[in-house]
This record gives sequence, C-alpha cells and structure tokens, in this order.
Amino acid sequence: MQSNAALEYDYTVAKLFTYTTILFGILGMTVGVLIAAQLAFPELNYLIGEYGTFSRLRPIHTDTVIFGFMLSGIWASYYYLSQRVLKVSMAESKFLMFIGKLHFWLYFVGALVAVISLLLGISSSKEYAEFEWPIDIVIVLVWVLWGVSMFGLIGIRREKSLYISMWYFVATFLGVAMLYLFNNMAIPTYFASGGIGSIMNSVSMYSGTNDALVQWWYGHNAVAFVFTVPIIAMIYYFLPKESGQAIYSYKLSLLSFWGLMFVYLWAGSHHLIYSTVPDWMQTMGSIFSIILILPSWGSAINMLLTMKGEWNQLTENPIIKLLVLASTFYMLSTIEGPIQSIKSVNAIAHFTDWIPGHVHDGVLGWVGFMTFAGLLHMAPRMFKREIYSKKLIELQFWLQTTGIVLYFTSMWIAGITQGMMWRAVDEYGNLMYSFIDTVAALHPYWVIRTLAGVLFLSGVFIFAYNMIKTITSSKELAQEPKNQSPMAA
Amino acid sequence: MISLVDAQGYAKIIMTVVLVIILYGYILHLYRSEKKGERDYEKYGKMALDDDITSVPVEKNPNLPQKKEGEK
Repeated sequence: MQSNAALEYDYTVAKLFTYTTILFGILGMTVGVLIAAQLAFPELNYLIGEYGTFSRLRPIHTDTVIFGFMLSGIWASYYYLSQRVLKVSMAESKFLMFIGKLHFWLYFVGALVAVISLLLGISSSKEYAEFEWPIDIVIVLVWVLWGVSMFGLIGIRREKSLYISMWYFVATFLGVAMLYLFNNMAIPTYFASGGIGSIMNSVSMYSGTNDALVQWWYGHNAVAFVFTVPIIAMIYYFLPKESGQAIYSYKLSLLSFWGLMFVYLWAGSHHLIYSTVPDWMQTMGSIFSIILILPSWGSAINMLLTMKGEWNQLTENPIIKLLVLASTFYMLSTIEGPIQSIKSVNAIAHFTDWIPGHVHDGVLGWVGFMTFAGLLHMAPRMFKREIYSKKLIELQFWLQTTGIVLYFTSMWIAGITQGMMWRAVDEYGNLMYSFIDTVAALHPYWVIRTLAGVLFLSGVFIFAYNMIKTITSSKELAQEPKNQSPMAA
Repeated sequence: MISLVDAQGYAKIIMTVVLVIILYGYILHLYRSEKKGERDYEKYGKMALDDDITSVPVEKNPNLPQKKEGEK
C-alpha cells in the first residue's frame, strides 16, 4: 500500500472506457443514421451487398449503442466515481487494478467480435439479445469481472455507507446478471436436432408465449437496468458535484430507488398487450407501468430541485445544461411510456413509429446527454486539462436538442398516422388502406427522422473532437477543480 | 378447481400488496428514525461533494484493516 501523501485516485480503467464510449458512440450512431436513411430511401440497402442491408445493420445499431456506447459510458463513470464516493483508490489494490484492466480488455475484444458476428449474420434473432452463445459466455465473464471489481472495491472502502449512486450500480449488476442469464438460455441446434444442426446457431430453451414473456421481461428490463438505473447512478453524482449542490432530498433518492426496483421488473408485459399472454398479466403490465411514473419522477424532480436557487448555472455552464435537459427528457420519456402502455392507447401505438420515437427521446435525451455530461465532467479531472472549448459544447447541445425534438415529433405524427390508417375501415367494415399506403404517407416523416439523426450525429462528432483536443492539447490544470469544470471559451 | 393461470394472477396480487406494505413501512421508518434523531439521512449527500481521497469520510468504515485506517 502506498503512503497517504502520494495517494491519488487511479483513472486508468475509467480512461479506457472513455475512449470506447466515444468509439462505439460514433460507430453505433453512424449506423443508426444510415438505417434511418434506408427506411426513407430503400435503395440505400444495396450499397455493400448483404452487409449493408437494414436487417443486418439494425442489430448492429441497437447493440452497439446499448452495449458499446452506453455500457462504456456507464463503466467509465463507475470506475471514476466509485473510487471517489467510497474514498478508496484502485491504486491501493494491485488485484483490483488487474481485474479492472482485464474487465476492460475482455469487454473490448468481446464487443468487437460481437459486432463482426452480427455483420456476418450470426444471430439468435432475439431483440437486444442477438449474440450467439459463445459471445454470451464472454459477456457473462465480463459481467462477473465487473462484479469482482465492484464488490472488491466496496470491501476496502473508507466510507462506511454506500452513496446512492453505488446502490444503483449494484442494482444494475444484479439486475442485468439475472435478466441476461435467463433470457439467453439456449441450446445449439446441433444438439437439439440430433446432429444435423449447427454448433454456432442456437435455439431458445423457451417456446411460444413463454419465449415472448421471457424475452420482454428481459427486453423491457434492459431498458430498466441499462438505460435507467446506472444512468440515475451517474446523475446522482455528476449533477451535485458539477453544481456544488447536495442532492435536494437524500431520503427521496432512497424511496425512489426501492420504488423503481419494486415496480420496474413487472412492467415488461406491456410489450405483449393484445397477445396470447394471460389477460391479467397484460393488465398488470399496464398498471405497473403507470405506477412507474412515481419513482421515475421522484428521481427526476429530486435532480431538478437540487438546482434550487442555482438556476443561473444553467446559462453559465453548458454541462449543467446537458444534465438538466437529461433530467427533463427522462421525465418526458417516463410519462410517455406509461401512456403508451394503456390498453386503448397501445391499440394505436403498438408496432408504429411512435415506439422508436419514445425510445429515442429517452436514449438520446436522457442517456446520451447524461453520458456526454459525465465524460465532460470527468475529462479535466482524469487528464488534468481544462475542457478545450465551451462554444463547442454549446454548439453540440443545440444541434442535438434540435435533432431530438425533430426525431420524436416526427415519430409522434408518423406513429399516430400509421396507427389510425391501419385501423381505418369503410362503411362496410373493409380496411381503407393497404400497407403501402401507410408507407407513402409516412415517407416525409422518415426523411425528417434521418435529418434529426444527422443533427444528433454531428453533435457526437463535435463532442469527440472536443474530447480529443481536451485530452491532447488543452491547457494543463495546476489543481483539480472542486465543482464547475474549467473550460476555455 | 382454480386454474394455474388464475392462481398465478392471485399470487401476484397478494405479493404486490405485501410489497406495497413493506415499501410504505420503509418510508415510515425513514421519516420516523430521522424525527427521533436516530439517523440523519441528508448528511450522506455530502459524499458526492466532498470526495477527495484525503477528505474525512461522512462515516468511517469500522471494518477497515488496521493499517489502512492508520493511514487516514
């Protein structure tokens, strides 16, 4: 163990995950813009043969942004803030340092192999769980390494109580471990078919309605335990720290935590309304989704009230702007989701463009802004340099905010138009429109969505440039900033 | 005879009611213990603000190995 005088937090692993956040962000979102353009202009499907078709690229988009961009951002934040709130440095344990680095490298290699496998068309065809079983095993190992790293650090902490962010990280670890294991139970078709199938290709251990139930229990809780719980962990640290204001109500953060844990796991069946799952389960899925507003808004309002009396910071500090907008988009997304889960609304909304619209105001506005803000807050502390340009953050913020608003408004209109057209019947009860009529009607909105994607992606490139310049050539800092992150004009 | 699907439904409702009672009990516990002066939950908010490695912990971990505690 080092002497206390020389002791500093060690950000080696946090820095590595910061680089992959930027890398996978650019990769996943570029593919996202391309497939949005393919929906508007189908001829773009045939640019590079089978590798450029929508069906190949769509899982690459979703999995790269979820398991590449988001998870990297979550782990960069975790390896940064866990040391700080536990008041223990990773440099104090060679074992934990080794595990942390192994965690990163196994993850990085696994992620690259996963992307290549999807590009080659190797897929189990379960949404957000497309990876075949060998990659699933690597993912489980990566997850176990994170667990060892986290509980190891908790074991040598100086602070007795765990800060609320750590509660959320622990919940992320446990939640995803349970969901991922259960949903990915599969058998290679070689064994299932008595030797005529493939070793690589597998089939789910569940079938029919059970498979749908397990899949959406997983699918919806991937939203819970990757898009929500660890992102709340991040905002509970970064907003108070950047603004210099303690959380408005620590008790409310505890209540929201248990409320979220209690409710979220039961809401997944709203994905299966009007399907063959038991009726009571569909109804309970709707009810739990509505109740979910309470803990979600509990956290979001707690964040906004943290800024009480300090709203001037919103105009002065673009990182605060990103954090406050992230909270606001979280509120929008968590009121929109429950509305969509009401059975009568779901009858119009389900399978329409309103659904990706809802997902994207959450992931772009909430997860995206929170991740950018977190990385910008960490950069001056990890690299001991001021942020390269405040103006670039402002430009990124406005481009991306405009992009998000265009994305969800176009998808609201497109989705409701689509839902109404599908249901429209003439006086004899015949359907009034064929599927291609809806495609023609929705084309302008798909063009707007593509434009929205271009705006958001431009912001990602600006962010990447700002981060690279900060890391490599920005003004060095003599001491660590306390709260507001220093940035050049 | 009640079907398995119905039994699952009733089991879920009973479990929900029990968990709601536990959650409300927790809320009561938080506010009561703070009112009685047994705990001050709001002080934990400082953990994020004062987070230097040399900062004094809000509550020291009593299970720390002797050597490390001595360092602090």
